[in-house]
Amino acid sequence: MSSSENGAAVATEARAGGTTAAPSTPAWRAWLQQGLAFGTLIALLLFFWAASPRFLTWSNISGVLLATAVIGILALGTTFVITTAGIDLSIGTGMTLCSVMTGIFAVDLGLPMPLAVLLGILTGGVIGLLNGLNVAILGLPPFIATLAMMMIAQGLALVISGVSPIYFNDVPSFQSIALGTLIPGLPNAVLIMFLVAALAWFLLSKTIFGRITVAIGSNEEAARLSGIDTRRWKLIIYIVAGLFTGVAGVVMASRLGSAQPQLGVGYELQAIAAVIIGGTSLMGGRGSITGTLIGALIMSVLINGLRILSIQTEWQNVVVGIVIALAVFFDTLRNKRSA
Amino acid sequence: MTVEPPLLEVRGISKSFPGVKALQGVEFQLDAGEVLVLVGENGAGKSTLMKILSGIYARDEGTIAVDGREVDITGPADAQELGISIIHQEMNLMPDLTVAQNIYLGREPRRGLMLDEKALNRQAAALLGDLGIQLDPRTKVSTLTVAAQQMVEIAKALSVDARVLIMDEPTSALTDTEVETLFGLIESLRASGTGIIYISHRMEELKRLADRVTVLRDGQYIGSLDRDEIDVPTIIEMMVGRTIDTGSKPEPFDTAGRDVVLKVDGLSTRTLLKDVGFELHRGEILGFAGLMGAGRTETARAIIGADPSTSGRVEINGRVARIRQPADAVRHGIGYLSEDRKSLGLLLEQSVTTNTIAASLGRFSGLLGIMNDRRARRVAQQHVEDLRTRTPNVEQPVKLLSGGNQQKVVIAKWLVRDCDILIFDEPTRGIDVGAKEEIYTLLQKLAATGTSIIVISSELPEVLRLSHRIVVMANGRITGTLASEDATQNSIMDLATRFDAAEGAAA
Repeated sequence: MSSSENGAAVATEARAGGTTAAPSTPAWRAWLQQGLAFGTLIALLLFFWAASPRFLTWSNISGVLLATAVIGILALGTTFVITTAGIDLSIGTGMTLCSVMTGIFAVDLGLPMPLAVLLGILTGGVIGLLNGLNVAILGLPPFIATLAMMMIAQGLALVISGVSPIYFNDVPSFQSIALGTLIPGLPNAVLIMFLVAALAWFLLSKTIFGRITVAIGSNEEAARLSGIDTRRWKLIIYIVAGLFTGVAGVVMASRLGSAQPQLGVGYELQAIAAVIIGGTSLMGGRGSITGTLIGALIMSVLINGLRILSIQTEWQNVVVGIVIALAVFFDTLRNKRSA
Repeated sequence: MTVEPPLLEVRGISKSFPGVKALQGVEFQLDAGEVLVLVGENGAGKSTLMKILSGIYARDEGTIAVDGREVDITGPADAQELGISIIHQEMNLMPDLTVAQNIYLGREPRRGLMLDEKALNRQAAALLGDLGIQLDPRTKVSTLTVAAQQMVEIAKALSVDARVLIMDEPTSALTDTEVETLFGLIESLRASGTGIIYISHRMEELKRLADRVTVLRDGQYIGSLDRDEIDVPTIIEMMVGRTIDTGSKPEPFDTAGRDVVLKVDGLSTRTLLKDVGFELHRGEILGFAGLMGAGRTETARAIIGADPSTSGRVEINGRVARIRQPADAVRHGIGYLSEDRKSLGLLLEQSVTTNTIAASLGRFSGLLGIMNDRRARRVAQQHVEDLRTRTPNVEQPVKLLSGGNQQKVVIAKWLVRDCDILIFDEPTRGIDVGAKEEIYTLLQKLAATGTSIIVISSELPEVLRLSHRIVVMANGRITGTLASEDATQNSIMDLATRFDAAEGAAA
């Protein structure tokens, strides 16, 4: 505290400038993107509700939420990386590797289930650590470093599993991690997603970790010159994102009752799309956890609704692509206006 | 002369943005072969006015006439057609393209579908020759000095047959010799009948160049002075609405008996610095003078560990400090305020609060790293009031503040950190006269309360005004140290050019 008082004493006598204030940004602008995402979600819900009576039934809603869980958890973790102006392409296949490792620990090695789950999540942390070392210490561009990791993780998942699924049939209560219902009618996977979201929100908006994440994304060199050990923090950020990947891997395996080594490719892009739709900037410096959650929900509501309307799968991709383009378009619009 | 209508005449221009009246009733006129210097503090409306003239903004009211004929400028293409060309403060060149490719970007000579590089280079060489700029059109822009890049910008602006050339603080990144070259070019443009609007903060330039001065303040037209009426105190008064003293020197400072807080020995880097050593005493303001590229910024960056050094020893309060990255320097109580606020000093999109606490995040977080935002806002608010930072509130993104106010936010960041040693690199670059005075006063008060300060500055009056002692560098070496009472602009320039004669001639 003494510091600011020192500064205060020093500065009080500094000569006054004028008093005109710089123009202020209205708060609505800061929330435009997120409000837009939220509005889009509501509009989609209303539209599909009007189009099909089957849409707004509890069983369908909880199905949509369950389908969101894995992508949602991945997206939440990668929001941190994207907020630093980085990117993580390894989360899809990384998640698969975590699923497979959970299977190896629980089924092949017969470790107690909670321990196997913990090790599965830590596998994600190791993937994140390697990404972080490549990006923060060796200085590889995040795109390249995580592209490499994406391929490595995919290869390892196939090699370790012997290219065949690992079934958790004999692991007691493993499937209830995702499919049990601590809250009646709501699959635990959804609960996990919301808990993870709450944790991510807390980390990003309330802690020094989040503040530094934003600072690095906003201007890494300025952050470094301010005495922030940016390399160490970037390493930590990638590890945290990796742990989220691990959680997604466990939830995925539990939901399917098996670790499927062939899955995973493409999940990273869906997760990144959810983050962008939610208003986190690819240029860094601006991240929103609620936005990411809404973005992930928009994607699965859209896919579910189109399916209910019996629209071909091929067209579903087209629609999702358009939504992503629109989201980014509104984002650039927002940036232009506030510039 | 008086019968001919002016080349460019602007009357009653007003422009509003939501919530702000940026310009109100602004007028000026510019004749062919005349240099009009436009002055005003940051936020006075100079840039807005220039953007209206170059077609980036549309005016709300007022008239613009070229050769006495009223015109409507609705886009950059209109401005170009009317012969109005602008050189922005920030460089707009493509670093990976050559000089010629940059000058004729989008207007390249072609043969069929193919670009005709030969014709391009020939054309550029002819243009550069006409302007007396000695540059090879095939040089990549990224390899040029800032000054040379500026010349390319000017050539580019003139390549479209500009009759009116607008220059926005063109000398802010130039050394004195480079400034001379630029002024020579301006003289020859003036002689050839080009009308020049020159935006500047520097009074010496205004005296040298101006045929006429127009002053803006807070978006209002304050007045114009013709060449024979130009008088610096009057102009400064018009700009800031109050009087300011210039040319004073600091109180005498006796280094004997003062603690040495920072001692640097034998500091060298791979590229530039050679055996740099000096001492900084408690409460001292130590100026660093030298030409661009002399190694002043490099010295600062090597000391704080932002760039690697090949050898050298840094002692803080008599103890050797191992500094390998800026975080180590900050831990040892050294803060560095970069010359490039926007890209190295600030988190532009973030709030005043976030920027204010950016160097002390650990002090504002508690258990589990939870941020104490209320305390952060209170401290930020306190510093906004103490430093009289003009901002509507502490949640304002700093990119919306003017240069002077941004600098105050950077200063607040280091005040909050409570550093013993502060290194200010060009503390008043791009800052208007009024705010400069505030920053000078602030530095002096800081020193008086025991903070030790290094001021790196390319403006000699600034170095002389603030420094108790002045270290002069040339070519990566320290060529001399002057006590305040012995230092003059001449004695500094003598040392600054001492090891530098060969290079000076080449440039």
